[in-house]
Amino acid sequence: MDPEVKHLTEYSIYGKVLIGLLVLTTFTILVPWVNLTAYTALIALLLASTKAGIVMTYFMHLKVEYSLLKILVIVVLLIYATVILLTFSDYIFR
Amino acid sequence: MNKILIRIKKSELEMISMDHIEMQRDDIGAKLGMWIFIFTEILLFGGLFLVYAVMRHRYSADFHQASLQLNSFIGALNTVVLLISSMTVAMSISAVQKKDKRMATILLCITLLCAVIFLVDKYFEWGHKISILLYPGTELMQSLKHGYILFFSLYFFMTGLHMLHLIIGAIVLLVALVKVRMGLINEDHYVLLENGGLYWHLVDLIWIFLFPLLYLVT
Repeated sequence: MDPEVKHLTEYSIYGKVLIGLLVLTTFTILVPWVNLTAYTALIALLLASTKAGIVMTYFMHLKVEYSLLKILVIVVLLIYATVILLTFSDYIFR
Repeated sequence: MNKILIRIKKSELEMISMDHIEMQRDDIGAKLGMWIFIFTEILLFGGLFLVYAVMRHRYSADFHQASLQLNSFIGALNTVVLLISSMTVAMSISAVQKKDKRMATILLCITLLCAVIFLVDKYFEWGHKISILLYPGTELMQSLKHGYILFFSLYFFMTGLHMLHLIIGAIVLLVALVKVRMGLINEDHYVLLENGGLYWHLVDLIWIFLFPLLYLVT
C-alpha cells in the first residue's frame, strides 16, 4: 500500500467496531462468574488480546496503513511476547 | 534611539508571503515516529504486566482476596468510557477529512468528556482507598500479608502510571481541539490529530488489559 494515499473510514465502521468491543467487554466481565476454573485468566487474556487487536486494526488504522507499519507492529508484539514467555517460564521453573 | 525604517515594495511583500514558502512536513515520518514511541510504551507497561504475572502466579490466593477490595463496576464503567472515547477520537479524524469542523469539534469534546469521567471515577476509587489508609507506605498496608502488599503496590503504580498517560493524552487532544477550531488542523494537515488519536488508543489498550487483570481476578 502506498503511504501517501489518504484513507477515509466512515463513521458507521467505527460504530460497529465499538459494538463488537462492548460485546467482548461483556464476555470479559461474565467469564469469571461462569467459569471458576484455572483457565479463567487465560480466557481473560485472550479476550483482552482480541479487543486490543480490534482497536489496533480499526481505530489505529492499521488495516489501511502501509505494509511496513503492519509488519513493525507484529514484530514488536512478537518480541514482547517472547520476553514475557522466556522470563515467566524461567521464573516459574525455579 | 535609532529608528530604522525599511521600505518594502508591495510586490516584494507578496513574494515573501507565506503562500510561497514551503514549510517542511513529513506526515509519514511523524506517524512512524509516533508508532515507535508507542512501541516503547508497550514495552514499559509490558514490563509491569510481567511483574504482575509473576507475582500473581506466586501469590494467587492473596491476589484474589486483595482484588475483591476493588470496585469492578467502576472498573467496567471506565472500560466502556474509554472504548467510547477511542471511537469518538477515530471518528473525529474522519470528520476533519470530510471538512466537517463542527462534527470534529463535537467528537473531540466527547472524547475529552470521557477522559474527565474516567478521572472522576479514579478519584472516587483512589479516594476511598486513601481514606481507609489502604495505600503504599501506611502502617495498615505494612501489616498485611506480603501478597496483599504486592497487589496493592502494583494496583496503585499501574493505574497511576496509566492515569498519567491519560492526562497527557487528554492535553494533546485538547491542543488538537484548539487547532481544529483555529483551522490549523484541516483536511490537508491533520497528522497531529492522528498522532494524538494513536496515543489515546494506546491509553485505551493499556486499560483493556489492566481491567481484567486487576479487577477480575479469580
